[in-house]
Amino acid sequence: MRSKFVVFTCLLTGLMVLSACSSPADQNPPAAIPQVYIQNKGSDTMVNLALAWAERYQSEHPEVRISVTGGGTGTGITSLLDRTIDIGNASRAVKQEEIDDAAKLGIELKEIVVARDAIAVIVHPDNPVDHLTLEQISAIFRGEITNWSEVGGEDRPIVKLSRETNSGTHVYFLERVVRLGKKGDKFLFSPDTLLLPSSEGIIAETSENPNAIGYDGLGYITPHVKVLAVSDSGSDRFILPSIETVNDGSYPISRDLYMVTRGTPVGAVKQYIDWILSSEAQRIVSDLGFVPVLR
Amino acid sequence: MNTTFQKSSALPASEWIITRLIQISGYLSIVFVGLISIFLISEGSPALVEVPFSSLFGERWYPIEGYYSIWPLLSGSLLITVSAILLALPLGIGTAVYISEIAPQWIKEILKPLVELLAGLPSVVLGFIGILVLVPFLRRALDLPTGLSGFTGALLLGWIAIPTIVSIAEDALNNVPASYRQAALALGATRWQTIWGVTVPAARSGILTALMLGIGRTLGETMAVMMVTGNAPVLPSGLNALFQPLRTMTATIASEMGEVAKGSTHYHVLFLIGMALFIFSLTVNAIAFTLSNRRKKRAERLLS
Repeated sequence: MRSKFVVFTCLLTGLMVLSACSSPADQNPPAAIPQVYIQNKGSDTMVNLALAWAERYQSEHPEVRISVTGGGTGTGITSLLDRTIDIGNASRAVKQEEIDDAAKLGIELKEIVVARDAIAVIVHPDNPVDHLTLEQISAIFRGEITNWSEVGGEDRPIVKLSRETNSGTHVYFLERVVRLGKKGDKFLFSPDTLLLPSSEGIIAETSENPNAIGYDGLGYITPHVKVLAVSDSGSDRFILPSIETVNDGSYPISRDLYMVTRGTPVGAVKQYIDWILSSEAQRIVSDLGFVPVLR
Repeated sequence: MNTTFQKSSALPASEWIITRLIQISGYLSIVFVGLISIFLISEGSPALVEVPFSSLFGERWYPIEGYYSIWPLLSGSLLITVSAILLALPLGIGTAVYISEIAPQWIKEILKPLVELLAGLPSVVLGFIGILVLVPFLRRALDLPTGLSGFTGALLLGWIAIPTIVSIAEDALNNVPASYRQAALALGATRWQTIWGVTVPAARSGILTALMLGIGRTLGETMAVMMVTGNAPVLPSGLNALFQPLRTMTATIASEMGEVAKGSTHYHVLFLIGMALFIFSLTVNAIAFTLSNRRKKRAERLLS
């Protein structure tokens, strides 16, 4: 009994010592000591994408180490001007003020479209409605239209599904659709909008509930739901989202995702961005629910 | 070190170590609870300064635009908890009475472990069943706009609370001295009269403890409610709000804490919600503790 206890204590101590020694060794395998560091920071929407790219690139180029952090597009560009990072991620084009700030510091900002983000508006497959204007979708999510019959459907209540507020998709949908892209507009999602924690939750409820309308990144859409054609403000052309309509800019709820650099990229940064535009890296884009850049 | 101890004065040394270890673990849990409360208060109380009181009890919860009303979340949690307990209490006590008083020995031996197994079901699994089965079923059966509603959450939470209620209430019923039942039966009471008039009232404080712990379990449950209640922070307007989407405090913390900037107002408000939850469950547990202590004293009195 007693000796067992002693053995156990020794084992436990040994294990602790071992684990304490082994953890730093795991992080830095001596075989490949990284020589090039790339700092990448910015848009929260792009964090997962940037991480996936960095992981794949590092596994193919062990000499390169890429660190990816979020914080928002603005934070990324500020850090770029501070020269603390090499590549900024931006889910919007660089603003004129940012270009001016950069010019004062003698920096020229270069933005490269690395992926596109499109949001599909989805309903139950049996819903007779197959197209809506941007204004109608906005009114639905603000709570001004509450019955499908008001937009040419059956007499059913509308159940609005949204991603959680911490999702980049939620914020983009709020700005682009609910507020129709108007700056200073204070409209919000109607309080009875369901906030679902995952894409799967939205697809599951939409494919099951004929009252539902939801939205999600184009890449997450499955055949169990019906995608609506959407027309831009002031246009009567209803466009279905697809890789082509997103790339030619005709589908209204889509935006470009950028990587921003100081001046034209050179060296390791250039190699990395060239790789990102390759078909291998663009496959990761589709896997994560974004739209690849067509060239 | 250890080997020398073993040779010279092994027994007292190891015993001393074990005693101290047990002592330390005992004190540690007190220290941890203390530290958790200090942490919660220090992170949550700034919200009371940063957000005006009128806004904290306003109508909207939309933190990314600075709407920090915890009122919809508070009432959502309370509405779901109360309904869940109303559903779970009769079923739970019924099951406990059946297991303890009526069921023959062999059924008892099957039922008890099964109820405990139910308690061990991860709530995520129940949430899945909720999404795939309960949500579509309730939408059709009750003709609701959507099955993702407070009522679905209440059903699932009731399901989660039942094992807690059953096992504690069953213990309480078992603790009622056999002489009570014998006396009642000797006076000519039927089995039902004995249960309803003597056994259950005698176990009353234990059953109340079961109720309190059931409430605690329900109030703190996160995953299952997050999956089935729809998470719409609507301020409930009446009883029919139960059949509409709701958002609970726990689901709010779980879904928003991961992305919030440390030290921001949103972060502090989330901790304030945590404080509110902590106070609720502390109160519920304190009541349960007092009740079960009273039961012990009563049992001691009976034995003497």
